Amino acid sequence: MPKLRSLLIWGAVIACVAVPLIAAAQSPLLEWREPVYITAGFAGIVGLGLMLVQPLLAAGLLPDLSLAKARRLHVFMGAALVLSVLLHVGGLWITSPPDVIDALTFRSPTPFSLWGVIAMWAIFAAALLAGLRRGLKLRVTTWRKVHTGLAAITVSGTAAHALPIEGTMETLSKVVLCIIVVGVTAKVIYDARIWQRRPARKTQTR
Amino acid sequence: MTSLITRRTLLATGLATGAAATVTSLTVPARAAGVAPTPTMRGGSNNYLPGAPIVDRIGGGGFWMTGTVRRAGDGAPLEGQRIQIWAHTTEGHEREPHSHGATLTDAYGAFRLEMPQIVPAFGQPHGHLAYDSGDFKTVFLRPIMPSASDKTLAVHFVLEPV
Repeated sequence: MPKLRSLLIWGAVIACVAVPLIAAAQSPLLEWREPVYITAGFAGIVGLGLMLVQPLLAAGLLPDLSLAKARRLHVFMGAALVLSVLLHVGGLWITSPPDVIDALTFRSPTPFSLWGVIAMWAIFAAALLAGLRRGLKLRVTTWRKVHTGLAAITVSGTAAHALPIEGTMETLSKVVLCIIVVGVTAKVIYDARIWQRRPARKTQTR
Repeated sequence: MTSLITRRTLLATGLATGAAATVTSLTVPARAAGVAPTPTMRGGSNNYLPGAPIVDRIGGGGFWMTGTVRRAGDGAPLEGQRIQIWAHTTEGHEREPHSHGATLTDAYGAFRLEMPQIVPAFGQPHGHLAYDSGDFKTVFLRPIMPSASDKTLAVHFVLEPV
């Protein structure tokens, strides 16, 4: 039943991203926050959700989507992810500049800010590497190792950032999404044998 | 099934706890002669607005910020010290002037200021307090509430003479 399988996978992915957003929209904290602060928070949740979609697209694991199409979407979603990070950090900056300056200069009292900033630089570097892909003239395997390494730092840094935060995200949906994002990323990296000497069984070149 | 906690271990644990408690209660007064000054906390001065007015209450109230102010060294309570308080509450963001207020310590070095309920902001339910009046070294604190539903938070200052 390929049709049902496809439906279930797409449904699950959409639910993983949508449920935490819907749950966060019920947060009582929203009442006491300005629109720019709320936007910043939701941009962060959207970013976390996109981190689930990215490895699935990179590996071509989503049904009814050719690898070529999935990779093009991966680039598009990568840009959206960078935009969500910019909105997240920019919105927090407008809300409380000294807290964001502390975070960016690694002087924040909250350890989770540190992880967020590390994840931010990793995603910027991963995106930059993608933008400069043709110009850099790196071997495909080398490029992939570095890009994937940065993505792994982004994902683990983001989970370490999001989990201890007492914010608009509902706890259970946040924990579940973080586990799924980290798990899917790890599984895709492992299956593609990015860092192993032995090439992947299905060599995927662009 | 055999219990891992035998009467003997239970007794031993009880005795050890009792001994530890005794040691602690003996050493604390002995240390009082050298009460260490409270260090400024990271991020404590964020969104500080100097010169917050002395008020009976910040906004509508409902939450109590309490604490004490003592002198470093001898630990003597300090009367009439101005403590400035601000936080993200149900009535506004930290940066807004109406979220700020100040109060004075009483003869016992204690202070108490009613303010709106603190709500989590930037990841933690926290408040900000400052001593910045010049007679002692400036201290900025950023205490975290054990639970966001707490209706009170106690914060203690030990100030070092300039």
